Amino acid sequence: MITVVDYKLNNLRSIENTLRRLGHEVKVTSDPAEVRHAQKLILPGVGAFRDAMKNLRDMGLAEAFVDKVKAGTPTLGICLGMHLIFTESEEFGLHKGLNLIPGRVKKLPEGLHVPHMGWNQLHLKRSDRLTREVVPESFVYFVHSFYAQPDSAEVTLATTDYGFDFPAIVHFENIWATQFHPEKSQHVGERLLDNFARL
Amino acid sequence: MLAKRIIPCLDVKEGRVVKGTNFVALRDAGDPIECGLRYSEEGADELVFLDITASSDRRNIVADMVRRVADSVNIPFTVGGGLRSVADIEHILRAGADKVSINTSAIENPQLITESAERFGSQCIVVAIDARRETEQKSSAKVFTHGGRVRTDLDAVEWAQRAASLGAGEIPLTSMDADGTKAGYDLDLTSRLSKSLQIPVIASGGAGTLEDLYLGLTEGAASAVLAASIFHFREVTIPQAKAYLRERGVLVR
Repeated sequence: MITVVDYKLNNLRSIENTLRRLGHEVKVTSDPAEVRHAQKLILPGVGAFRDAMKNLRDMGLAEAFVDKVKAGTPTLGICLGMHLIFTESEEFGLHKGLNLIPGRVKKLPEGLHVPHMGWNQLHLKRSDRLTREVVPESFVYFVHSFYAQPDSAEVTLATTDYGFDFPAIVHFENIWATQFHPEKSQHVGERLLDNFARL
Repeated sequence: MLAKRIIPCLDVKEGRVVKGTNFVALRDAGDPIECGLRYSEEGADELVFLDITASSDRRNIVADMVRRVADSVNIPFTVGGGLRSVADIEHILRAGADKVSINTSAIENPQLITESAERFGSQCIVVAIDARRETEQKSSAKVFTHGGRVRTDLDAVEWAQRAASLGAGEIPLTSMDADGTKAGYDLDLTSRLSKSLQIPVIASGGAGTLEDLYLGLTEGAASAVLAASIFHFREVTIPQAKAYLRERGVLVR
């Protein structure tokens, strides 16, 4: 059973449907008690960092989620969900994140088309259970204006080149996170989600 | 590197796919979910659904279609047509669309761009522009609203820049002179728009051949090409288009 944290900022049908199509049980919830009983967690997200943090705190989800992740529950952050897991974000002012991976969320550099939107390639830095059977240089779907930079280079599992290399997948202890949307990345995304579900 | 995108556009009315030629005559070409699935399986990078339903129950008809598409298609899709308020936009995003496309309502109420971008993020607010050149010689193109029926005094490039500064995340530019002609995109206008904006521009209107797609992405400098009838009637398939572009050195998925 995979528990998808719903902090009421997004539509979560795509993630839910993709996991179900792959044959996995899914529970989408806004209830901190259910988060505390999760076997696996997904923190999804599209939208503004500040609003997301506010909702997570107001709904009592932040504390439950952080406790559960620190207890070792395999966790996957997606896009904004990746950003939220980091220490802090520079998105429209400086905002504190959930601080589960040391690092900072930054704006994509000047001179690039922002948002970075579309299909871009994964450069795998090392092998990992999450990226098993993912062909190097596979295309996945990105939509973002900010990116997460871990303090430790060791954390980055795959990078993507958008005029500069930024972390596309990170792995730190029991936490994995993707800057792209696996639920919108067709077969490659399905492979990653299935790998996560089978961890 | 970021791949160039190929986007089939499906005009839908009362839950069925139709395609107008020069925005007038309509032809029926199938079920939107089946079409969307087939395109995604063939390698389309995104889908656009433009709704032209006139029914008073339009809101529910469209939301229902969006839900069904989101349940079966696992590539991003945009929904446009008749979205006039933040509440309309929220309704469609909540039903599962990745982006919404606004056009006339953005011109009548530019604040709608900012309000919805602040609420849902720029990445999902697409501001579509229909433009027509004043005369053959003139370099300026004016923006039209209401599906191309009403002329405004807005210059296409100026309006695009303003829309971007208000929070638009992407601009599909439809050349109404070229639309339905299959004589190719308006490369000059597309390229001027692409080069003057920091957000992606999508070439639309006029694609008739594989070379048109290629030129839209190279000379037109567009991030993506959008086309309808050439794909719907199988004159060109997505795999053919991808192979053609790849051979000519354009990075595609």
